[in-house]
Order: sequence, then C-alpha cells, then structure tokens
Amino acid sequence: PLYHKGWYHLFYQYNPYSAIWGNITWGHAVSRDLIHWLYLPLALVPDHWYDIKGVWTGSATILPDGQIIMLYTGETNESEQVQNLAYPANVSDPLLLHWLKYPGNPVMVPPPGVKPDDFRDPTTAWLGPDGTWRLTMGSKFDTTIGISLVYHTTNFRDYELLDGVLHAVPGTGMWECVDFYPVAINGSVALDTSSLGPGIKHVLKASLDNTKVDHYAIGTYDPITDKWTPDNPEEDVGIGLKVDYGRYYASKTFFDQHKQRRVLWGWINETDTETADLKKGWASLQTIPRTVLYDNKTGTNLLQWPVEEVESLRLNSTMFKEVLVEPGSVVPLDIGTTTQLDILAEFEIEPLIPSTTNEIDDCGDGAVDRSTYGPFGLLVIADASLSELTPIYFRPLNASDGSLKTYFCTDETRSSKASDVFKQVYGGKVPVLEDENYNMRVLVDHSIVESFAQGGRTVISSRIYPTEAIYGAARLFLFNNATGVNVKATLKLWELNSAFIRPFPFERDTV
Amino acid sequence: RTCKQTPFYDLCIWSLKSNPESRDASVKKLAQIMVDSLKTKATETLDLIDELLQDGLALDPEMQKALTSCAERYNVIIRGDVPEINEALKTGDYKFAVKGANDAAIEANSCEIEFPTKSPLTDMNKVVHDVSVVAASILIPAIENWVLKAVPREANSAIGSLAKAALSTSNHFSLCMIQG
Repeated sequence: PLYHKGWYHLFYQYNPYSAIWGNITWGHAVSRDLIHWLYLPLALVPDHWYDIKGVWTGSATILPDGQIIMLYTGETNESEQVQNLAYPANVSDPLLLHWLKYPGNPVMVPPPGVKPDDFRDPTTAWLGPDGTWRLTMGSKFDTTIGISLVYHTTNFRDYELLDGVLHAVPGTGMWECVDFYPVAINGSVALDTSSLGPGIKHVLKASLDNTKVDHYAIGTYDPITDKWTPDNPEEDVGIGLKVDYGRYYASKTFFDQHKQRRVLWGWINETDTETADLKKGWASLQTIPRTVLYDNKTGTNLLQWPVEEVESLRLNSTMFKEVLVEPGSVVPLDIGTTTQLDILAEFEIEPLIPSTTNEIDDCGDGAVDRSTYGPFGLLVIADASLSELTPIYFRPLNASDGSLKTYFCTDETRSSKASDVFKQVYGGKVPVLEDENYNMRVLVDHSIVESFAQGGRTVISSRIYPTEAIYGAARLFLFNNATGVNVKATLKLWELNSAFIRPFPFERDTV
Repeated sequence: RTCKQTPFYDLCIWSLKSNPESRDASVKKLAQIMVDSLKTKATETLDLIDELLQDGLALDPEMQKALTSCAERYNVIIRGDVPEINEALKTGDYKFAVKGANDAAIEANSCEIEFPTKSPLTDMNKVVHDVSVVAASILIPAIENWVLKAVPREANSAIGSLAKAALSTSNHFSLCMIQG
C-alpha cells in the first residue's frame, strides 16, 4: 500500500479466475480517502520464470527523490521463493497503472542454510545512519525458531545479507509478512519508516505460519548492529500480544505521508466453506484501514483505530444515555437497520455483591459463561428472537493478587444456525486504567464485525454468516450476563452508508 | 541481565542463582549452567519414565506406548542434544548450541502430546522444555552468523564433501558435527 499523487493505492493478492487461492496476481485499487475504492487493471501478473507460480507479498519503498521501489516474492517455476524488483513504468502517472520488472530479477535468492520455501515477504526498507538501506524478511531456523533476516542495499539491485538476524524467538516457527516500523513514545504522532533517535521505539510484527495469527512486540532497535530487543521478553514476538484477536492475518502498515499517519491493513478471510465461496463468487476481505500509534498511557500496547474517513459513511445518529442493564438481562435498542453500523459504547459497572476471586481466566465458553463482573456488552447481528446473536463483551475478573484483569471478547458460537461455518470465541486481555470506563467501538457490516476496546488497545475482527439476522431482520441489543453488577451503558451510533466499491470509471474524465 | 532477555525470567533466575559460578559469568558460562541443568532434569525425567514402565502389566497399552516413546525422546535429549550443545559451546559455534537446545524443547513438547489423556510427566516436561528455551534464548544474541556462508570452515576439513552436500539442510549438520 502507498500514497502517490493524490491517490491511496492498495495492491492485493488476487486470483482472477476463482474464489479459491491460486493463480496469484497483484490486484490494484485506488482511493482518495481509504474508504471509497475503485478497481484498476491488475498491476503484476505471473509472467516470468521467477514469479510464474505466483506473484506473492511485497512492500513498497518510496525513496526521498520520489522513486517507487517495489520488492515482492515470486514463486519460481521450480517452486523456489525469490525476491524480485519492480517499479512503475511511469512514476508521474497518479494511477500507477503500468509496472515494469527489473531485467536482472531475481535480486535475492534463498541463501545457503535457508530453505527455498522459507524465504518471503520483504518489508519496506529504511535508511540506516550510514546511508545504506535495510530491509528485513522472515524465515525460520531449525524448524521452530522464527527469525528475521536483514539485508543491506544501496541501489535495490544488489543486496548483502547480514550475518546476524534482527531478532529470533524459539518455538514460534516460520515468520511470514514481517513488518518493522518506528513509533513515537509520546504516542501522538506517527513516524516515517526511516525515523531513528531518542523518543522512538520500534515495533516488530510477524504472521506466524503455524497458527495463522499476527503477533507484535514493542522494543528497541539498534541501527549499528541491526538488532532489535523486546521491551518485555515474556511478551516477545509470537508469544505475547496479538495485532488482532480474531480472524485476522497477513497485516502490514505503511506510512501515509499525505496525512502523516501510519496505516494498518489486515486480511480477514472466510470462515465458511470453499464450496460456499465458489457459489457466492468471492472470498476474503480487508479491514477498514486503521491508524496505529504507541499507547503512551500503558506503554505496553499499540492503539489501532479506524481511519477518520470512515466517518464520511455515517448517516443518521442515535444516542442512548445511561441505559440500565440488570444482571442476567437483555435490552433491545430501537434503531433502524442494524447491519451497517458504527457504534461507540461506554459502560459503567455498579457492583452489587462482593466478587469471588479465582474465576476462570479468559473469555471462557462465550457469553453464557457468567462471572461476577461480566460478561456485559452488545449483541450485534441478532434476530428478534435471539436465535442468532453475536455478543461482543467485556469480562472483568478479580485476579488472585487482588487486581482487576479484563478480557475483551467476541462470541461467534451462536452467530448463525448454519452448521458449516466456524464459530469461535475470540478475545484477549485489555488493559483498563483506573480512570477509564469500559469503552468499545464496533463497526458492523453484514458478515464482518470489527471491535475496538479501550481506544484500540485490543481489537477483534470477526466473520459471521447469519441465516436469520440478516438485512431488515437484524437487531441490536445490550446485555448483561454478570451475576453481581448493574451495568449502565451510554451509546452513540450511526447507520453507515455503503462505499459503492466499483471499477475505475475510465470513460469519464474525472471522478 | 541475561535472564531479562529470556521468556521464562523466574526460571532463569532461579537456575542461575542456585549455581555460585553464575555471578559475573559470560553468556557461554550461563548457557553452560542451563545445559547442565537440562541434563539433570532430563535424566530425572527418564528415571521417572523407567519407573513408570516397570509397572508393566498394570499399565494400559496407550500409556505404555506413550511412555516408551517418551523414553526414546529423552534418550535423544541426553545422548544427542546435550552433547551437541556442549560441543558447540566449546567450539564457539553457538548456532549449533541453539539448535540442540531447540531440539530438546521440541522433544519434551512432543513427549507431552503423546499422551491422549492425562500425562504423568506434565510438570517435568514443562521444566525440561522451559529450561531448553531459556538456554536457546541466552545464546541467540551470541550467534554471529545464522546462515551458512558459501564455503565450509577449514577447521572442519575432515567433514569436507559431506558438509557441502548437507549445506542446504541444516538438520544434517549436527550429525556431521558429532561424527566429525
């Protein structure tokens, strides 16, 4: 993804022939605002021996002089993973329609000691203090140690592999789609990928091939030795925080120089059957793009938040003030359509009985799992009789040391009567500070729900396939299944318009 | 300090504290202490497995099968991985020390998942696994060269063409090292 001459560009893995993975090319779409997208012709297709079996993931580096460098993984005719260089045929074209591949491809091949199928997904490059560019690429060592290799280059054609690694974590397996970028500790600005210096930490993110989960860790990068160390090794890459606790993978960020923000893209694939995908003719989504900032209030998390442009889809709004939800009850919220919504909700709890400690950790078996302080939250994409419902909730627990631990969860187990779809309980811990209420933002769009807790400290993306709670039959409820607290909810919600994503209108002059 | 870079801080501190030589010790020394601890724990676990197997007819066949497999795995740890790590610590080629520690962690984990229901070795498997991971984590920053460069080192010329053939698969290298 990148921003160029007034347009946001997204290049994505696309199969032009089927709704199942294969014949992988680079699809291309552009947008003025990260929300209203227009499809362009394919940017890169498998047409050379070095990418004939697939044009896979890559990253763009925009050089200070405006040149755009695209490095991508190609699968060769012999099923080897190599890295190739491509660049725009005409960099003054705002739409970047045509791309050329460097005649000297591939520019990087698996080095001795790295298997030919453990070598992919080069990152955006960053400038080191000595003026050379660096990039990193995930791989694995000895089957289970996830590592990130470092390459140096001055011209993007010749590369030198560093002896060490940026970082390694035992037990995490192959690292795919590695992302590496700086964040400002003050938490209020985003940084260009080459930023270095005091007041800056670096985020190392990896998609774990073994578990298909995206993890990240915050730490310190030493640009002299090209090594990164996590702030907290117990929450190192792959064993600690997740980028998103739901159905989410292969995410990557880019620095938006137009609005000076770091924007995160993530892939949400289908949790229904391939047969269903072929029947409906499409599969897979990208989330609404999110801004990423360091959370300087906790110092341990990143904050993700839907880009502000999503607010341009907001239609009429409705407010609910301090709705009381008693233990074990459900309160319907009377609004229009509930299948396309932007919800901001804040919850205050009022303890009624003293809590028992040592309650079961985690999101439990879903919203039916009652404890003293939770679960409470929203029921989205629910039908009037609650035969289908998707709870999104907080579950505060008294830990054995007397502190309060809170889990943020999504429960898909009753999201659909269909039996051939995945229905999981997703979630993770979310830090809730002393002076904070429980708050969540939820974006609902028919079969996808993106939920953000505490300003984006913990995020869950969910795919659901309701059979009853669809279109006009879908409803929204508040619920409180705790045993010992009253919950008071204050909400502001908007119906969301459609984005009308369609092919670029080439016949007309302007859009 | 060193323990701070491992994911099992408490275990690391406890293991190193109980050894008086750990004060002011180098990475190599600290790793050696962890490996000695690994050998001790693995040997204890193998002893326990042998004891359980001696119950003989009293065991149900699935439990017997799992225990026998675990015995094999722990033999690999004690007779294969631990010597490999010690050898590598001596030669300073920490990549192979990490590999040995990693393999030990995998063996302990594999033993644990052999048991279809309740494992009698859970606590011990966890200790062996975690100690191995701590050892690997201590050594990872000391590795200077992760992937093989084109030419095998002269010092190991006895390995010669066998090494060249094995360059593409790091698994084979450890066998070369033990035999060579």
